[in-house]
Amino acid sequence: MIEFQNVSFSYESGTPVLQNLCFSIGAGEAVGLIGANGAGKSTIMKILLGLLPCEGGVTVGGLAVKKQNLGEVRKKLGFVLQNSDNQMFMPTVYEDMMFAPRNYGLSKEEAEARVDRVLSELGLTELKHRYNHKISGGEKRMAAIATILAMEPEAILMDEPSTALDPVNRRTVIRAINGLTMTKLIASHDLDMILDTCDRVILLSHGQVAADGPAGEILRDKALLEANRMELPFCLAGPSPRQ
Amino acid sequence: MNNISAASREFREMDELSAQDSPIHRLHPLVKLLVTLAYIVCVVSFPKYQLSGLAVMVLYPVLVFQLSGIPVRTCFHKLRIVLPLVCAVGLLNPFFDRAPLLYVGGLAVSGGVVSMVTLMLKGVFSLMASFLLIATTSIDALCAALRKLHVPALLVTLLLLTYRYISVMIGEVAVMTDAYRLRAPGQKGIHISVWGSFLGQLLLRSMDRAEELYQSMQLRGFRGEFYYADQPPCTAGAVAYGVVCAALFVLARLYDLPQLLGNLFV
Repeated sequence: MIEFQNVSFSYESGTPVLQNLCFSIGAGEAVGLIGANGAGKSTIMKILLGLLPCEGGVTVGGLAVKKQNLGEVRKKLGFVLQNSDNQMFMPTVYEDMMFAPRNYGLSKEEAEARVDRVLSELGLTELKHRYNHKISGGEKRMAAIATILAMEPEAILMDEPSTALDPVNRRTVIRAINGLTMTKLIASHDLDMILDTCDRVILLSHGQVAADGPAGEILRDKALLEANRMELPFCLAGPSPRQ
Repeated sequence: MNNISAASREFREMDELSAQDSPIHRLHPLVKLLVTLAYIVCVVSFPKYQLSGLAVMVLYPVLVFQLSGIPVRTCFHKLRIVLPLVCAVGLLNPFFDRAPLLYVGGLAVSGGVVSMVTLMLKGVFSLMASFLLIATTSIDALCAALRKLHVPALLVTLLLLTYRYISVMIGEVAVMTDAYRLRAPGQKGIHISVWGSFLGQLLLRSMDRAEELYQSMQLRGFRGEFYYADQPPCTAGAVAYGVVCAALFVLARLYDLPQLLGNLFV
């Protein structure tokens, strides 16, 4: 579904962010992208979406990520932004959810049916006609996921989906993510959430893959995580020092 | 609440007004846009001394206020900053045009006073009509209407994004002013010494957010066209409304209706 072959990327200053990155993600896989700040997680997502140019080959569903394919590539990928305020730009949740299906040529009736189905699946029907600026952070995050699901993408990319959520909303988001059957690529520092939602983890360090394997294995490897400026997930770390 | 946050909330209330349901809200946006343009053109084309003819034009906003259910108070509240500026346009006329034009109960009224009031009314009427258009039509529907008039996609997208970015920018200003005030207790407003860095930061932060917002639109299929904008069908009723309004505007512009009516009785 997603393939990175010798991908390198540097900002204008010349600082390399990604160096000869290679990995592939199969259809239906749930992959967590972890790494310290600046490891290149968000950059990978932006490259996948064609928002940043890079050296090397990137394909999505067999299509190379290049200018002439961007429309098709972006149709296959749904991107949940870290800041839901930037994602939800229409006045109401309903209008936001209608935005992509209508842009992709669905009639109003078809788009509305899809919106209703997604809202019902996520248990968000009561949000449908609410104004985006009047819903809570947790509701907004769920609504942001709903707007992407209304696109019916083949893969969903999420950048820090659990940031700034209270425990209940975080759990709701995790349940929603686990309910999705499409390919998932989740970039996060919340390793507990990665453990709860992903089968496989790609650990990035200095723009390279430091480890790639089953989530349960990598997230239990204390030495590996600490060598890459990370820590064990809280649920595996045992009692805190103050207890 | 921070004044800026209040401004942000007030700005977003326009979306809520445009989402209401009324016969005016249900009209096709293109019809509303053309009627508003026709109204403004007719209003501003009145000669400077034709106050009685211009006064009739108040009927259109009054009618739309009634039909749309938009409170008049909301209109004047939201226009409170720009209205005094518009009204100030003709303030100097009475000083330059002192020749008596008419007598009211033996009191001479100069041409300058009449032209000043005419100018003020033109401004107020035009603002009211523009407000009513925005308050009864979503920005996306309005942009879709502009595209139907073949206004270049680039200009329409600029209009849409400007509208969206205003709320983004107001949001950033609110966050920054809160952060400033919390570390500068007792200060009134933002000290002049930090205006430069404040504005620079605001620009950079707004650009970042605006870029992400635009990317979010692009990633969901936006290509400068407004397929997603909800547009009611352009019914025969809507067309009739447009034609009748435009005809009445032209009639009011060509004939001084109050004078004609008065002549019937005098």
